[in-house]
Amino acid sequence: MSRVTIPIGPQHPALHEPEHFQIFVEGEIVVDVKPRIGYVHRGIEKALENRTYIQGAFLVERVCGICSNAHQCTFMMAAEEAGGIEISEKASFIRTIVAELERIHSHLLWLGAAGLEIGFETLFMYVWRDREVVMDLLEAISGNRVNYAMNILGGVRRDISPELADKIRKGLDYLEERTNYYKKLCLEESTIRKRTDGIGVLDPITGVKLGATGPTIRASGIKFDVRKNDPHLKYDEADFELITWDTCDTFGRVVVRVLETIESIKIIRWCLNHMPKKGDIMPEKLIRRVPEGEAYARFEAQRGELVYYLKSNGTDKPYRVKIRTPTLANILSVAELLKGSYIADVPIALASIDPCFSCEDRITFVDVEKEKAWTWTREELRKYSREFNEREKRW
Amino acid sequence: MGLLNKLVKWARSKSPWILHLNTGGCNACDIEVLAALMPRFDVERFGILLMGSPRHADVLVCTGPITKQMKPRFRKLYEQVPDPKFVMAVGNCACTGGVFKGCYGIEGGIDTTVPVDVYVPGCPPKPEAIIDGVAKLLAKLQGT
Repeated sequence: MSRVTIPIGPQHPALHEPEHFQIFVEGEIVVDVKPRIGYVHRGIEKALENRTYIQGAFLVERVCGICSNAHQCTFMMAAEEAGGIEISEKASFIRTIVAELERIHSHLLWLGAAGLEIGFETLFMYVWRDREVVMDLLEAISGNRVNYAMNILGGVRRDISPELADKIRKGLDYLEERTNYYKKLCLEESTIRKRTDGIGVLDPITGVKLGATGPTIRASGIKFDVRKNDPHLKYDEADFELITWDTCDTFGRVVVRVLETIESIKIIRWCLNHMPKKGDIMPEKLIRRVPEGEAYARFEAQRGELVYYLKSNGTDKPYRVKIRTPTLANILSVAELLKGSYIADVPIALASIDPCFSCEDRITFVDVEKEKAWTWTREELRKYSREFNEREKRW
Repeated sequence: MGLLNKLVKWARSKSPWILHLNTGGCNACDIEVLAALMPRFDVERFGILLMGSPRHADVLVCTGPITKQMKPRFRKLYEQVPDPKFVMAVGNCACTGGVFKGCYGIEGGIDTTVPVDVYVPGCPPKPEAIIDGVAKLLAKLQGT
């Protein structure tokens, strides 16, 4: 059967961010996928080198607006590790609480978006309505709905008062009730099962080989979670379970995210109950310079393992920062999990890794491809396109 | 003004269809734009509908700074929107380049590439601010 190429993106209703996928189909079946990344490349890693740590904190937050706290927190953890800066007990608790609230916000957001992809708009509207509760809590803690700017070197910027803690507890009660309802819905509702069962299958061995992380790999039954394997913040003490599911498909990814939301609620409750009443949340004098050193910080962001490498040289600016985001790790598996599925299932299978292209597009790897695209003249591009088409025909 | 013109103007200001486009932003504005469309804030009550194709849209809602990669694509998208078209720049980055100013991969705000009608500053702007921007745009639509 002849092979047809379907381009998706950079602007496409199924993608909320600019990204390009070439999908090769035979009839209705997808046989190959080529992601083309780099539309959101802004050059953040380079920019970090000529900004101070305090300015940089606001820049890394905007690597991705959905996991903004994860980015900022990991950046600070790397800088603190490199410079041997200690953070107080209470600050550590507050960081954990904000990280988990952010996980709830992100997972609910994803569940809603997944509902939209499968044409279940009621779920989309319901989940986004309930998500406003956690947005309000985050706003009450940090003063902003997204991009919380909570972390500074050696602590956090805002405290959680006992009244605020009560407010969070109340919000969590509501969220728990709703999330349990979504859990029941996801496990039993045939609309969801019919659109997600057996779609986008990623077997564990391929997943590990391609370096998938986060809920994507946990839905394939692999027990990998930085919060358990290499605990940071307060995760070593907190009482929660590592969620895995062994169906390896999109359904598994839905269930893992919903169950993780429930675990996150548990973690926040534990943190609120065990948080010291008194104590500083930040050092008395603002830390501007980080002593010479290098560090590697890992963080379980919503989408998977987030890694920051930081080298400091004793000044107020980092010498080098390298960011490795979960979507970059997961994007390789997309090609694998889309193969063999129907065109109609592409949006949900693609969404099932919870792709975040703004995260992914700062990497050096993109630069290489991008440089090519930049330096090409129109003629060269045409030539390439002709060659490419000829090659396609030979296949 | 003819009756037909009046009718067209009325129709345009009562049901502006929007195309949401991320031109290289960080997603924060995007989720706030979506939140503005959701039950709690619900801009659909103004007749605003999110469209998938630029050819169906009246208003381009842009978030994020223009990256060098997106610039030619964005122009193309802009040209596909039928006249009269309106552009809304949501977020600091879309207005001026914001926090990314000085990064090598970006061009600057949306107005470096296309003319902008409404600027909504904020990082990210709250849904209320976006709704305010929409109301200003609707006033502008009624004036055309």
